[in-house]
Amino acid sequence: MIDTLVLRGSFPVAELAKQTPRQNMSKTISDATLKRQHLSDRLFRGTTRMFAFIVFALLVGIIISLLLGAWPALKAFGIKFFFAAEWNPVTDEFGALVPIFGTLATSAIALLIGVPVSFGIALFLTELSPKWLRRPLGIAVELLAGIPSIIYGMWGLFVFAPAFQEHIQPWLIDHLSEVPMLGFLFEGAPMGIGILTAGIILAIMVIPFIASVMRDVFEIVPPLLKESAYGLGATTWEVVRHVVLPYTKIGVVGGIMLGLGRALGETMAITFVIGNAHQFSTSLMMPGNSIASALANEFNEATSDLHVASLIELGLILFIITFIVLALSKLLLLQLAKREGKQT
Amino acid sequence: MIFRRTLLAASLSLGLLSSAFAGDITGAGATFPYPVYAKWAEAYKAKTGVGLNYQSIGSGGGIKQIKAKTVDFGASDKPLKLEELEKEGLMQFPTVMGGVVPVVNLAGVQGGQIKLTGAVLADIFLGKIKKWNEPAIANLNKGVALPDQAITVVHRSDGSGTTFIFTNYLSKASPDWKNKVGEEASVSWPAGVGGKGNEGVASYVKQIKGSIGYVEYAYALQNKMAYTMLQNKEGNFVSPNEDTFKSAAAGAHWDKAPGFYEILTDEPGKQSWPITGATFILMHKSQTNAENAKTVLKFFNWAYAEGDKLALGLDYIPMPDNVVKLVENAWKAQIKDASGKALW
Repeated sequence: MIDTLVLRGSFPVAELAKQTPRQNMSKTISDATLKRQHLSDRLFRGTTRMFAFIVFALLVGIIISLLLGAWPALKAFGIKFFFAAEWNPVTDEFGALVPIFGTLATSAIALLIGVPVSFGIALFLTELSPKWLRRPLGIAVELLAGIPSIIYGMWGLFVFAPAFQEHIQPWLIDHLSEVPMLGFLFEGAPMGIGILTAGIILAIMVIPFIASVMRDVFEIVPPLLKESAYGLGATTWEVVRHVVLPYTKIGVVGGIMLGLGRALGETMAITFVIGNAHQFSTSLMMPGNSIASALANEFNEATSDLHVASLIELGLILFIITFIVLALSKLLLLQLAKREGKQT
Repeated sequence: MIFRRTLLAASLSLGLLSSAFAGDITGAGATFPYPVYAKWAEAYKAKTGVGLNYQSIGSGGGIKQIKAKTVDFGASDKPLKLEELEKEGLMQFPTVMGGVVPVVNLAGVQGGQIKLTGAVLADIFLGKIKKWNEPAIANLNKGVALPDQAITVVHRSDGSGTTFIFTNYLSKASPDWKNKVGEEASVSWPAGVGGKGNEGVASYVKQIKGSIGYVEYAYALQNKMAYTMLQNKEGNFVSPNEDTFKSAAAGAHWDKAPGFYEILTDEPGKQSWPITGATFILMHKSQTNAENAKTVLKFFNWAYAEGDKLALGLDYIPMPDNVVKLVENAWKAQIKDASGKALW
C-alpha cells in the first residue's frame, strides 16, 4: 500500500493521470506491476538481510575457530595464561601478560598523545583556521591517514628511534626516573626502541584518523547554534565546550574508538619498534611485545601444538579486548545520553 | 635490503607461478639457504627448463608444509631427530653449510677486533655481563678501548634455524645457558630486543649503540657489520670465513649420524669456526607423486655436481663429495614410489 501511495505522488504517475483523466487513479499501475514490484522489494530486502547475516555468521565462525584453535592452551594453562609472564617455546610454557600489557600500554600512550592533538587539529580546522588554509591542511591530514603502516614502522626504526635514543630518552631518564610515583615508568638504558617509542609511533598513526572524524563532525554543528552562543558573548573555548562538543559527542567518541581500534590491532609498525621481547617490565623505556606483533613474529615458525594454540589464544584475547572496548564506548555514550538536559 | 629481498622474492614467485607447468617442483622452508636455492633454480631452469618454486617461509613452516604434503620437499636449518623422521615417514639430507656470526655495534670497533669465548658470549646473552668494559670481556681484549656502555642484546623475534644453531652452540659452551634457556628455533630470551628475520636483527644492531646480535655470515658481509672473533674448541681465536667453515665441516662425521642428524657447532679442528651449521631438505620416503620426487632428486643431484661455484659465490660451503655419495645412497635406500620401487 505504501508503495502505491509513494508512486502516486511521484512525477511520472501524476503526468500519466493528467493525460488519462477518465481512468481511475488506482488503475494507473496494474496489479501485475504491483506484484512484480512487491516481489523485487522482497528480494531486495532478502538479499540485504543475507549480507548482514553473513557478517554475523563470519563473526560467530571466527569466534568458534579461535576457541577451537586455542582449546589446547585453554586446557593446559586455564586462567593462569592471563597473568603469567613466561613465554618459553623450549619448555612449552606460555603466558600472555607481556603481550597484553604491551598492547594496552602502547594503545593508552597513543590515545593520551593522539586525542588532545587530534582535538586541536580538528578545532583549528573548523573554528580558527583562515579559509584558504583549511583545504590544504585537511588534505594533508587525510593523506597521513593513507600511509601504509609499514612505512611508519620503518620511519620509526630508522629515523625516529635513533633521534629519540640520542636526544630525548636520556633527558627523560635523567629527569623523570626520580619523580615519585611515576619514576618507575622511565627507568632503564636509552635503547631508542621500546614501549614508549611504539606508543608514540602509534599516536602519529591514529592522529589523522581521529582528527579527520572530529573535523567532519565539528563541521555539521549548525552555525545557528554557534552564532547564538557567540552572540551571548561566549569565547571560542566556551562555544566548543558547551555547544560543539555536546552536539557532536557521539561522533567524537566514535572517532576516538576508531583510533583505538587501529592502535589495538596495529601489527607491522609496532613490530618494528617495540623490541619484540617477552620480558615483563613496568618501564616504558624497555622493550616489550604486543599481541599483534607476537602473532606476526611467531605464527609461521611455531611448531609445537601448544605454541600454536597459545598464539591463537592471544588472538582470542585481542578479540575480547576489542569487544570490551566497544562495549565500554557504548556504555559511555549511554551514560552521556542519560545526563543530557540535566546540567550544562 | 629488506625491500630488495622482498621484491626479489615477489618477482621470483610471480615469475615462477606464471610459468609453472606440470614439470615444476615446489618446496618451502628455511630462509637461510633461500638465496642459493634461488640461484640454483635459475641455472637449472636455464639448462633443463624445469622450474623450482621455493617459498622461503622459515624452517618451522617448511617442516609443517612437508608433513602436510603440500610441497614436494621441505627445507629446514634444524635437522629432525631420527625418531621424528621415522614417525612422519620422512628422510632428510644436507645441502649446503654456512656460519652464524656474532655482530656488534661499538664506536670505533672494526670487524674482527673483538675476541669472545663461547662462555662469555653466553653470559652476554644471559644478561649477566651488562657492560662492554667488564673484566670478562676486557681480559680477552687487551689493547682494545672498550667503552663504559650498556650491552643491548639483539636476538631473533621469529622462530629460526639460525637461532637453533646459535643456541645449540651456546648450550655446548655454557652449562648455565643449557639449564636456563636451552636450544630451540625460538627460545625464551633472558635479555634484549628481538628483530624479525636476519634483516631485523641486522637493522637493530645497526641502530642501537652498544648492541650485539647474531646473523648469518652472508648478512654480516653484505651489511658490512663488525663481526667478532670466537674461540674454538682447540682454544684458537678464529674469524668467520670460508676456510674456518670448511675446517668445521671437515670435522663432521656424517657417516656416523643416523638420519643425517649432525649439527656442526663446536667442532674440533685448529681453524674451525665454532658456530657452523648445515641446512637440510626433507622428503617423504613413500612418494605418491613419483614423477615430481624424481625431478626433485635430479635437481639436487645437479646442484651437488654443478652448483658448488654458485654456492661459494654466495658464501655458502658446498657439501664434500664423500657426503654427497652418502646422501645419494640414502636416496636409493629410502625413497620409494607407491609400489615400493626405489626412485633413484
